[in-house]
Amino acid sequence: MLCDALKNDFLALAPLAMVDTDYRAKGYHLDINLASSQVVQAATIMAGRGYTLEAVTGVDWLSSAAPKPAKKPAVAEGEEVPAEPPVAAVEEQMEVVYDYIHTGKELCRVVVRCRIPRANPELPTISEVFAGANWHERETHDFFGIRFLGHPDLSPLLLPEDADFHPLLKDFKV
Amino acid sequence: MNDLACSPNQETFVINLGPQHPATHGVLRVKLTMDGEYIVHAEPVLGYIHRMHEKMGENRTWAQFMPNTGRLDYLGALSYNHGYALVVERAAGIEVPERAEYIRVITVELNRIASHLLWYGAFVLDLGGFTPLLYAFDDREHILDLLESVTGSRLTFCYFRFGGVYNDIDDNFITGTRAFIKRLRSRLPDYHNLVTKNVILINRLKDVGMISAEMCRRYGATGPVLRGSGVCYDVRKNEPYSVYPELNFDIPVYGECDSMARYMVRMDEIEQSLRIIEQGLDKLPEGPVMAEKAPKIIKPPVGDYYAAVEAARGTFGIRVVSDGTNTPYRLKLRSPTFSNLSLYGEACQGMLLADALALMGSLDLVIPEIDR
Amino acid sequence: MALLEIEPFRLLIFLGGLIAFAALNAAYLVWLERKVAAHIQCRIGPKEVGPFGLLQPLVDGIKLMSKQLLVPGGVDPVLFKVAPLLVLVPAVMSFVTIPFGENLAARNIDLGLLMIFAFASVNVLGLLLGGWGSANKYAVISAARAVSQNVAYEIPMLITVITMIMVTHTMNLNEIVKQQEGMFWHWYLFRLSANPLMFVSFLIFFVCSLAETNRAPFDLGEAESELIAGFHTEYSGMGFGVFFMGEYANIVIGCSLATVLFLGGWQSPIGVASGWWWFLLKVYTLIFCVMWIRWTYPRTTLWGLLNLSWKVLIPISLFNLLLTGATIKLWSFFMGAA
Repeated sequence: MLCDALKNDFLALAPLAMVDTDYRAKGYHLDINLASSQVVQAATIMAGRGYTLEAVTGVDWLSSAAPKPAKKPAVAEGEEVPAEPPVAAVEEQMEVVYDYIHTGKELCRVVVRCRIPRANPELPTISEVFAGANWHERETHDFFGIRFLGHPDLSPLLLPEDADFHPLLKDFKV
Repeated sequence: MNDLACSPNQETFVINLGPQHPATHGVLRVKLTMDGEYIVHAEPVLGYIHRMHEKMGENRTWAQFMPNTGRLDYLGALSYNHGYALVVERAAGIEVPERAEYIRVITVELNRIASHLLWYGAFVLDLGGFTPLLYAFDDREHILDLLESVTGSRLTFCYFRFGGVYNDIDDNFITGTRAFIKRLRSRLPDYHNLVTKNVILINRLKDVGMISAEMCRRYGATGPVLRGSGVCYDVRKNEPYSVYPELNFDIPVYGECDSMARYMVRMDEIEQSLRIIEQGLDKLPEGPVMAEKAPKIIKPPVGDYYAAVEAARGTFGIRVVSDGTNTPYRLKLRSPTFSNLSLYGEACQGMLLADALALMGSLDLVIPEIDR
Repeated sequence: MALLEIEPFRLLIFLGGLIAFAALNAAYLVWLERKVAAHIQCRIGPKEVGPFGLLQPLVDGIKLMSKQLLVPGGVDPVLFKVAPLLVLVPAVMSFVTIPFGENLAARNIDLGLLMIFAFASVNVLGLLLGGWGSANKYAVISAARAVSQNVAYEIPMLITVITMIMVTHTMNLNEIVKQQEGMFWHWYLFRLSANPLMFVSFLIFFVCSLAETNRAPFDLGEAESELIAGFHTEYSGMGFGVFFMGEYANIVIGCSLATVLFLGGWQSPIGVASGWWWFLLKVYTLIFCVMWIRWTYPRTTLWGLLNLSWKVLIPISLFNLLLTGATIKLWSFFMGAA
C-alpha cells in the first residue's frame, strides 16, 4: 500500500508529527509535519516514490488573527490540524504547505507542512528535486516574503518587478 | 536540430513574445533569446493580469467568493465553481442531492466541450488555418445558448451553490442538449477530415514539442498535457467525486508525448464528454436541486481542507483554511495551467520559433487562470 | 479605332488601361478575398457598404490614405520608403506583355516571358528591404524567411518554364496563346505529346507561384500569429496598402502566366468566340482557387517549406525537363519517320 510504504519512509526521517487523516472529511490522506531542515529530504522521498508536486503555498499565522476558539494550543479541539507542534502561542509563525499527489493507480494524497518563525521566514528550496517548485516558491515569496534558501531566482513572479510588499500577510495594509 | 542552437560563437538576440501578441492567448510575455530561428532560452513573464483572488478570498464570506471562481478560467468556469463548492461542502459537511449532482456533471461537461472547441479553433488559428475557428465557434454558440438558459451567463458562470445548484434545468434544456449532442457528433468527423488528417497540420504537430512523462512529473503538469505523455491520470477516475463513479466513460491517453498527442487527447475528450452528458441525461433523477439543510451562513469547522477536480486544462486544486468565522482564513487556488506553463522554459530549448508556438498552443493556456 | 493605330495614343490608352486594371484588381481582389473567406467560414462578409459590400474597397482605400504615414525612428529612411514601391511597380510593369486578347497586349515583346520573371525577382528585394529597413526584429526575421523562400521556389518555377519553352519554341506570350488554338485539348495542359506529365508541370508552376507571392500555405513572411505582421509590421496607412496592392498584382500576374502557358490564354475551349472574356474567366477561376487554398490549409513551417522545394519540387521539375526533352525528340522522330 502506497500510504503504508510512505509512512515507513517518513518514520526514518523522524518527522515532528504524522497523521492519517479522514479523506472524506479533509480531502487528503496523510498529513506530515516537519522541521524546516527536513523538507528537502521529504521532497526526495516523495520524488523517489513517483509523486508529483501539486502546489506549494504559505499560511500566515499571525497570532492576533489566529483561530478564535484556540487561545491555547488546539489539541483540545480534536478537529484541528492535530499535527501542530507544541509551541508557545505567543511566537508568530508562518506555515509552508506542500501538496503531493501520485499519478498512478493508488490514491494517497500527502500534505507536508512546515512551520517557520514569522520574524525570519526562511527554509530550503526543493526546486532541485521538483523543478515545478521553482515557480510555486517564487509565488509564495511574492505573497508572504518567505525566503527559500538556494532558490536560483527569487524575483517576483506575479507582482511587479519592483514590488517590495507581500500582500497575503495578515498585517498588510494597502 | 537541437545542437545547432547552442553554438557559443553565434550572436543571440532577445525578442519579446507578448504581452500583446496574436498567439499568446491572453497577456503573457515570453522573453526569448534566439539564435537565428532557434530558441536558446525562453522565460515566461507573468503577472500582467494578476488580480490577487486569494486575498479577495480572505475579505469575502464563503458564498461571496463563488463569483470569483468564474473569473479564473473563464472558459471552463463551471469546473472552478465545482471545485470550490466541493471543498466547502466537504468542510461544512453539506450533502448535495442527487439531481443537483447530475446537473452539475452535465453542465460541467458541456463547459468542458465549449472550452475544448475554443482551444481547437484558436490552436489551428495559431498554425495558420483560419477557418476551423469559425466552425468551432458555431458549435460553441449552441452550448453557450443552452448554458445561458439555465445559468444566466455565457462565460463566467456562477451557477453552483453550497448544497446544489440555484436553478433547476427544464425540458427545453434537455431536448436542446440532446439535439446538440447529435449535431456535434455529426460535425466531429468533418473536423477530423479537414484538420486532423491534413498533411500540413500533421507535419507541424508530429514529433514537435516533446514533453516526457518524467518532465510532467517534475513540474506537476496535469490534464491533457500529462495524458498526451502516456500517463493515465484524470481526477474524475483516480480521485472520483460527484457522480462520476456511476458514469461510464474512457480516459483518452496517447503516448507519443508530442503536440499531436495532446491535440488528439482533447479531441477524444470531446467525444467522451458527449457520452457523459448522454448518460447523465438518461439517469437524471427527480428531486430537489438544493440541499434542504444547507445553512444560510457557512462557517466550516476550524481546520484546512482540500479538494481537486478535473478542469478542462488539468487538476484544479483548492485548499481552504478555515478559522471558524464566515470568511476563509486562507484560500489557495492551484491552477493547472500554472504548472503546465512552468515546463515551457525547459521544453522549448533548441526549438524553432514556429514549433515553440505550436507547443504553447498545445498546452492550452488561459492566462487569467495562471495569474489569478 | 483609328486612334489605336497612332503609336503615342495607343501607348497612352494601354498604359491608362493597365494601371486601371491593376488598381481595380488590387481593390476588388481584396473584396473577393473577404467574400470567399466569409463563405468558406459560414459567414457573409462585407455587406453594409454598397450592395454586397461592393463599395467596401473604396471606403478602405480612403481610410488607408487618410492615415498618418508613420516612419518609426531608427529606420533607414530610403529603404523604408522604397520597399513598398519595389513590390508594386515591377508587378504593374509586368502587365505590359500579358495578352488579354488577340490584339490586346500593350507590347508584344519577343522575350516577354523572360521579362516577367526578371521583374518578379525584384519582388523579393522589396520584402528584404522592407523588413531590414524597419529596424524591427520581427521584420528582420520575416525578411530572412522571405528571401530563403523566394530563392527556393524560383528554381522549380523557372525549370518548369524552361520545360514549356522547349515545347513552345518562343517566349512571346501572344505567340504561345496562338499555338493553343482550337478545342480545349489543344491547350498545353492537355498536350501530352509534348510531355506526358504536363499536369505535374502545371501543379508545380501553380504551387511555386503561391510561394513566390507569399500566399498561404506559404505565407511565413506574414505569419500573423507568429510575427505580428512580418515584414510589413511597421508600415501604416498607404505604405501597408501599397504592399497589399503589390501582393494582389503579383497574384494576378502569376495566374495570368499559368493561364497563358497552360490553359490557352484568351482561346475559347470550344474553338469559337475567343477573346478577352475567356482570359479573364480563366484568370479569375485560378485566383479563386488561390483564395480557396488560403482559407483551407494551415501554414507550413520553414523546414517544411524549404524541404518541399529543395527535396521534392526541384527533383521532380528536373525530371520533368528531361522527360519533356526525350518526349519531344521521340515524338518528332516517330512523326518524321511516319
